[in-house]
Amino acid sequence: MDRIPILRMGDYLLVTIQVDMHDQLAMTLQDDLTTAVQRTGAKGVLIDISALEMVDSFIGRMIANLSRMARILDARTMVVGMRPAVAITLVELGLSLAGVDTALDVERGMRRLREAVEEAGGSIVDEG
Amino acid sequence: MPTPAFVADTIQKNSAGLVSDWLAELKALAGGADHRISEGELKEQGTEFIDLLAAAAPTGTDITAEPWRPVREFLERTSRSRALQGFSSSETATFVFSLKRPLFERIRQGTKDPASVAESTWAVTEMLDKLGLHTVAFFQKSREEVIARQQEDLLELSTPVVKLWDGVVALPMIGTLDSARTQVVMESLLQRIVETGSEIAIIDITGVPTVDTLVAQHLLKTVTAIRLMGADCIISGIRPQIAQTIVHLGIDLEGITTKATLADALALAFKRSGLTVTRAKTA
Repeated sequence: MDRIPILRMGDYLLVTIQVDMHDQLAMTLQDDLTTAVQRTGAKGVLIDISALEMVDSFIGRMIANLSRMARILDARTMVVGMRPAVAITLVELGLSLAGVDTALDVERGMRRLREAVEEAGGSIVDEG
Repeated sequence: MPTPAFVADTIQKNSAGLVSDWLAELKALAGGADHRISEGELKEQGTEFIDLLAAAAPTGTDITAEPWRPVREFLERTSRSRALQGFSSSETATFVFSLKRPLFERIRQGTKDPASVAESTWAVTEMLDKLGLHTVAFFQKSREEVIARQQEDLLELSTPVVKLWDGVVALPMIGTLDSARTQVVMESLLQRIVETGSEIAIIDITGVPTVDTLVAQHLLKTVTAIRLMGADCIISGIRPQIAQTIVHLGIDLEGITTKATLADALALAFKRSGLTVTRAKTA
């Protein structure tokens, strides 16, 4: 069964969605991500959806849920690289993803995520 | 000789005379030469039409029938070019109707039998009327096509997304917003945000005459979509009346940054990007 890889970069987790999501894949991702956050104690999660071309209400809700679940486990989530067509679809579906932080691309998203985590004072930054 | 055959025969035999008389008639009706179409071109069209008419006329006056197809196609071509050249519908119709008088004269000269003259005249009238109506109908269709194309052009033209600064794009909206336009506006703005990697988008509604619940809803959708993509949106150019309308309608613009003028919005954009504007020299 295919899975969406979750990469660890220090205190952050990087999830890159490169394939079209189907419901089972989304459920697996929810399980995997919550497990990974809990296991690694990550302070931030970056979800890159720049390759995602199609969304439905389920996937839209899934994205919002991922963010909320990570938040409960004390990790900030940043959704980056949403395509215009996807954004329009979500809005038309009435999903405004309130409470989800967004950024234009991975670089900006990472910067904002770092700022947010540092602001919260939760990061164990290696001073050396 | 049966009527349709006689009419066709008359047209065929007198084609050269018919064309010159017809063109003279057209010129007289138009009140002089027309600068939109040259006499040579008109003569060419006249000759072609007479030839096609002579070929189709023996089959009867049902112009929807297959033998009339070349005539119909010729008229469609002609009326389309007339529409594009800016002729009025009556001028275009006159092109066909003015053939009546020369043709009637030729029929009168062609036979002495009054019944035959009357019958042929009726047949020609029926035929030319139908052709004239077909021409006008097609003229109208061509004009509608032109209007539809212009509307499309206007839609494209009315949504320019301008780059104000590095990372700041603005969309000055002009005119009434409807669903179709908002869709185009939203798409082009989001596309530009991706292309330029801008983090701040300003929508200026100075040129929007009225804001009702529907327009406000469209604006909210656009702002939400921009936020979903990871950029910020500022709405500027809200006139006093519009501010009043928004409050009276009970539209909730909570969570949306609004500014009175585009300048204020740009100042805020600078502030958010950490830029300051200073005067280089004291004036």
